Amino acid sequence: MLVMLLMLLPVQLWAAPAIQSWVTEKGARVLFVPAPELPMLDLRVVFDGGSARGAIPGVASLTSALLEEGAGDWDADAIAQRLDSVGAKMSASSQRDMAWLTVRTLTEKRALTETMDTVAQVLGAPRFDPLAFERNRKAMLVSLNHDEQSPGTVAQRTFMHTLFGEHPYAAQVEGTQESLARVSREDVIAHYKKYYVAKNAVIAIVGAVERAEAERLAELVTSGLQPGERAPELPQVSDLQASRTLILPFPSSQSHILMGQPGMQRGDPDYFVLYVGNHILGGSGLVSQLSDEVREKRGLSYSVYSYFSPMRRNGPFLIGAQTQNAKAVETLEVIRQTLARFIEQGPSEVELTAAKQNITGGFPLRIASNSKILEYIAMLGFYDLPLDYLDTFVDNVNSVTSEQIRDAFQRRIKPDQLLTVVVGDEQKPAPAN
Amino acid sequence: MLKSDRNILRGINLSLLRRCRAQGVMEHIMRLLLSAALLLLAGPVLAESLVTENLVHETMLDNGMKVIVKEDHRAPIMVSQVWYKVGSSYEPDGFTGLSHALEHMMFKGTESHPPGEFSRIIAANGGSENAFTGRDYTAYFQTMSNDRLEIALELEADRMRNLTLPAEEFAKEIEVVKEERRLRTEDKPTGQLYEQFTALSYRSLPYANPVIGWMNDLEQMRVEDLAAWYRRWYAPNNATLVVVGDVDPQAVFQLARKYFGPLKQEQLPVLKPLREPPQKGEVRSVIKIPANEPYLLMGYKTPAATSAERPWEPYALEMLVAILDGGNSARFSRNLVRGSEVAVSAGAGYNAFTRLPGMLTLDGTPARGRDIGELEKALREEIARLRSDPVTEEELERVRTQVIASKVFELDSVFYQAMEIGTLETIGLDWRLIDQYVEELKKVTPEQVREVAQRYLRDENLTVTLLEPLPMDNGKPVRSSTGGRHGS
Repeated sequence: MLVMLLMLLPVQLWAAPAIQSWVTEKGARVLFVPAPELPMLDLRVVFDGGSARGAIPGVASLTSALLEEGAGDWDADAIAQRLDSVGAKMSASSQRDMAWLTVRTLTEKRALTETMDTVAQVLGAPRFDPLAFERNRKAMLVSLNHDEQSPGTVAQRTFMHTLFGEHPYAAQVEGTQESLARVSREDVIAHYKKYYVAKNAVIAIVGAVERAEAERLAELVTSGLQPGERAPELPQVSDLQASRTLILPFPSSQSHILMGQPGMQRGDPDYFVLYVGNHILGGSGLVSQLSDEVREKRGLSYSVYSYFSPMRRNGPFLIGAQTQNAKAVETLEVIRQTLARFIEQGPSEVELTAAKQNITGGFPLRIASNSKILEYIAMLGFYDLPLDYLDTFVDNVNSVTSEQIRDAFQRRIKPDQLLTVVVGDEQKPAPAN
Repeated sequence: MLKSDRNILRGINLSLLRRCRAQGVMEHIMRLLLSAALLLLAGPVLAESLVTENLVHETMLDNGMKVIVKEDHRAPIMVSQVWYKVGSSYEPDGFTGLSHALEHMMFKGTESHPPGEFSRIIAANGGSENAFTGRDYTAYFQTMSNDRLEIALELEADRMRNLTLPAEEFAKEIEVVKEERRLRTEDKPTGQLYEQFTALSYRSLPYANPVIGWMNDLEQMRVEDLAAWYRRWYAPNNATLVVVGDVDPQAVFQLARKYFGPLKQEQLPVLKPLREPPQKGEVRSVIKIPANEPYLLMGYKTPAATSAERPWEPYALEMLVAILDGGNSARFSRNLVRGSEVAVSAGAGYNAFTRLPGMLTLDGTPARGRDIGELEKALREEIARLRSDPVTEEELERVRTQVIASKVFELDSVFYQAMEIGTLETIGLDWRLIDQYVEELKKVTPEQVREVAQRYLRDENLTVTLLEPLPMDNGKPVRSSTGGRHGS
């Protein structure tokens, strides 16, 4: 029986969904995957209008929040009522690169019509009412305060802000106490006018509609947008010139440790090599090297991980863990040694084979639901990745060699250019009670 | 990505995962669980092909293990979940956290597989796996390509009976659990408040204790305690296997018989029926801890679907909660966040599907410049209105429609579909409730909503906990080793 478990079955062939793509009259790019099984539809509109584009930190998030607060003839109550009364769910949010609006609805005629008419108004004719602006601005201040109760969030935000230095990615997505004190309604309107335009948008659609209907919906939701222009290229992210360690005191029983540097971008020539390599280092949960060293062998942390977050420009390569304050130094040392050894030696063939088996064997899981397919095609469209990305994914993973991983990590990850952030209470040992 | 609801931690079982790659994983599960509470409402106009009963097959093995299979052929994958009827609400004083710690140790080896090998085999077969513990259950799952089910079942059957529980592994793993507790509770103001709130609310029910256990009990826990707990509860006649995905039910039954069939059943302890004595007056507490924002949590004791004397009441309570907080047009968003602008967020939570009776909770954070007292007053006024005025037909219709839609949306996730079946079976109900719920919900009248408000949402049945922030004294770096600066 043991033999059966260890003998691996061949990977099943499973075709990725065929992605249809076109451009709307006003210039928005559409990616569509028909999914006739369930009577529902997911639609996401992504603008290149995240915090990296914001004139003031927080303005992109505020713009997202205000979309559902009034549009055309409808106030916030009317919009909420229209969506709730047909069971639709809508949300809008911003990250560094993307600002998006997502909606999920039944495809039953009334639900689809009410929902998509609402989306068209919300995107094309948001009101940005002064009272709603003020309420949301203050809510973001409260939310910021709330987030800063968490040592993990403080560590994460300090890390990102410091890592990106002068780059637009350094701006805090959620805004700051200072920026939210001075942001104005005019700033929001300016942000909206510049970035919420058709040529700066990608529309992802997955659901039980025909191509013709998907085309109609894409035209409808962009009907109120100006054609506009695509946002200009972002500058490259600079590498750190030397290692740097920031230690922030925090009244917590744990120290949160983050370590990393600028990593890679979407479409990076090293993408698959670094992705598979990181899977082995700290991207595969309990079977990763970092988890084995920090958690399994030493019981130092509940969660320890590493990831590359590829963005339009080099996003972070990040290692994270949390441990009781008294163990922070030891944990940091174990992480450093594990990373240094991985850069020096790369993975073993056994580790590489196991990682490939995990990634390729799990490929069907990545595209097993409408919501996952939506995430993928929105990402592919936004970052101009080839439409056969999913078709070639398994081959790309399988072609990675351990020598390539070692080479790429040595070229890309510099142990003498690491940013380390530790947030915790150095003086206070964890309560022994 | 839908924004997570801030009330996720309230009306539902606090479930803990053994692992989290990043913290988002936990939030994701919590979102699923929240929808579990809400979405167990089912839909009246669903197409026949979407009705649960038409897609589910079940069997009972000779040793008393139940096997439930739901077909979903949209993609060549499956999720396999083994649910045990044990969780924190089964634990005696002094032993809190046992179920969760045992869940961690279930990955630490059997007679045939050394520590960590379970995870390695699943990973090498392209699977993702995890486990979670709640008040009423402990469950283990693997999501894999549909041709790997046999591997998952063989491994699960092995660790149901053959765990070795090595002392040296336990010594490390209990430290991991303590770190998990620090992460989720000690260093999280709302986590601390929630723990104090539940401890204060229940006089008799074990829901008073945190799922992860009190730190003292984790300090005192011995591997022998886990061994006894394992022997007592981990048996086929205390477990349910749920498989959802692109599978042939008969083939699943056959594999289940092959691997779980030979396992010996056990004499299970007889559970005493537990009931909370009636509360005789409002209970209040103020938690003063370092924090930046005040926070309010209120809870009224309520019946659950497992034991309600009037079976319609849990459904009326679900309806009531949805009227307060079921979407952006519900009363709290409309009246408290927009309208009077007293709250930056306000939520309501209730879960009808718990083993023991729980609470209907309200929570909120005051808007900037507003006092937490004003927020409490506003929440109480909303409750008073439910007691005095019937809700409108329009509101009921809105909730019914949302429920139908949610019922369809949930079918996009095999994991969620399995969760729903597993939860109901493990708290002693029948998975057929997933479909029946709809009829029950449709029957709820405005008068019934008012009646449950009058009967349960009373001051003498209420617990209130306020978080009063103390200064945090954080922010400025104390030390910054230099050398670092951005190049151009």
